[in-house]
Amino acid sequence: MAEPLRSDEQPAQRRLRLTEAARHIRRSILTTVGTAKLGHVGGDLSVTDILTTLFFGVLRYDAAFPKWPDRDRFILSKGHCSIALYSTLALAGFIPESLLPSFAAPLSPLNGHPNRRKVPGVESNTGPLGHGLPVGVGCAIAARLARAQWRTFVVLGDGELQEGSNWEAAMAAGHRHLSSLTAIVDRNRLQQGAKTEDTNALEPLADKWRSFGWDVVEIDGHDYDALYAATSARGSTKPRCVIANTHKGRGVSFMEDGVEWHHKVPSPAQIEAALAEIAR
Amino acid sequence: MSSTSLAPETFDCRQAFVEELSALARADERIVAVCNDSVGSSNLVGFAREFPDRLINVGIAEQNMVGVAAGLANGGYIPFVCAAAPFLTGRALEQIKTDVAYNGYHIVLCGMSPGMAYGELGPTHHSIEDLSWIRAIADMIVVVPADPQQTRDVVRWAAQTDRPCYLRIGRVKVPNVTPDGVTFEFGKALQLRDGSDVTLVATGVMVSRALEAADLLGAAGVTARVLNIATIVPLDEEAIVRAARDTGRIVTIEEARTTGGLGAAVAETVVRNVPVPMRMLGVTGFAPTGKAEFLYEHFGLDAAGIVRAVRELLT
Repeated sequence: MAEPLRSDEQPAQRRLRLTEAARHIRRSILTTVGTAKLGHVGGDLSVTDILTTLFFGVLRYDAAFPKWPDRDRFILSKGHCSIALYSTLALAGFIPESLLPSFAAPLSPLNGHPNRRKVPGVESNTGPLGHGLPVGVGCAIAARLARAQWRTFVVLGDGELQEGSNWEAAMAAGHRHLSSLTAIVDRNRLQQGAKTEDTNALEPLADKWRSFGWDVVEIDGHDYDALYAATSARGSTKPRCVIANTHKGRGVSFMEDGVEWHHKVPSPAQIEAALAEIAR
Repeated sequence: MSSTSLAPETFDCRQAFVEELSALARADERIVAVCNDSVGSSNLVGFAREFPDRLINVGIAEQNMVGVAAGLANGGYIPFVCAAAPFLTGRALEQIKTDVAYNGYHIVLCGMSPGMAYGELGPTHHSIEDLSWIRAIADMIVVVPADPQQTRDVVRWAAQTDRPCYLRIGRVKVPNVTPDGVTFEFGKALQLRDGSDVTLVATGVMVSRALEAADLLGAAGVTARVLNIATIVPLDEEAIVRAARDTGRIVTIEEARTTGGLGAAVAETVVRNVPVPMRMLGVTGFAPTGKAEFLYEHFGLDAAGIVRAVRELLT
């Protein structure tokens, strides 16, 4: 289990700790995909540093008491990247690491898409796209009604933003000034079969969120300091959108930015090569 | 009964619904209402005045509305989602499946003005598919109260369960059909009349019409058992099997498509246990223009239509 969040931690220490955690999670992702011969490895690797920073730097939770009422809520709206989430939850202590090899096996709690009724730490079932942000808006309204301090974080894929439900939710969050809500867009610029901009263009993406009443920051989604700075402080009077520019397949040179790695399964030799690269 | 007796008083169930919801909200601060610009049509004006923070109106955005309800449930609240039934169930069907049912949250979806209540507004505003759609989703409870008293009972029951529910809350005026002192029992059919020639299995606004039909049949020497099925999922299979065995014929009546709603649920039970001849009355196509009462007549969903169906079974 990773060390808990320490408020007195120096940035250099934090960077080192997050680097190690992310390395561990990437290793779990590759191993799990290799075992199951199934998964969305490209998106898993693009979202890894975002998940790492949130779970080991920002979120307040108690893995031994997953339903702690004052926990921060985290929703992975791009539920197809469940292996990245399971690997993160395992490192955080919500589920045993020994469960990971059962991913997608018959009767495993680790379904292809996350199920809160089977996996502690999962707040909402996702898979069909465009579901996470509306639920996150509801969480943020609940926190406000309860006058509670917990925050809500939703990680979205960029292609997913083509779903209209996200913009219904974005409009509601802006209107209600839900400053406890943070959306992080894993902006890897690729969807299942092509570039987002060639399919149904999202740009100017930051302007879109701003016009819906959000504070927007654009960062390098693999830079732990930038991710921490963008997500650790709650917004002032508006919900916050972090556009995290990322690379699909990050960390494995032959996968990076390759559209074919959306859900292609690496061969055993490729897994071995990828693991060697991650270890460096 | 004198032929000069006045027609019974009838009621819009939305009034009973909101009175009960407000009473529950007074006693339990976890209860919130979520709506889609439907404060007026869901009769929530009084609720909004009394609990301004606990009425969450997300505007005209049903997918977000249902997702928001799931988030509120995650945060410890008990959301009653109040929206016109066709838009709640049609527009947000995947959210109902994933965010409500698959998540397993205690959320009460209240389909207001279901069936053909919106009459001449036309098929876009009719909710005749909802029973089929919602019944097809795992873990969803489906309850259709038939009168104001049953509406109150059902709302109270739905607040204290811990499961996802879909309720149909009618606006077409109905008389009281529940005998005094009888309270709603979840999952149980309520027998309103006994008879031995046929069983009329009805739900919601069709229950009073089934009773009228039973009166007409009785006058002609045909005795009809009448069952009010408020809980469509889970169905009281025992009562249906008993009815099939005792009366040998069943007519189902619902203000909905029969391809998956009450009629289908009853038929599935009957065919597995005691196959008997059946007629399934419901809405057989997109409705022509007209008020609800006209459309009931058009589709044979009035007492005369029910009597016709029984006669077909008897010959």
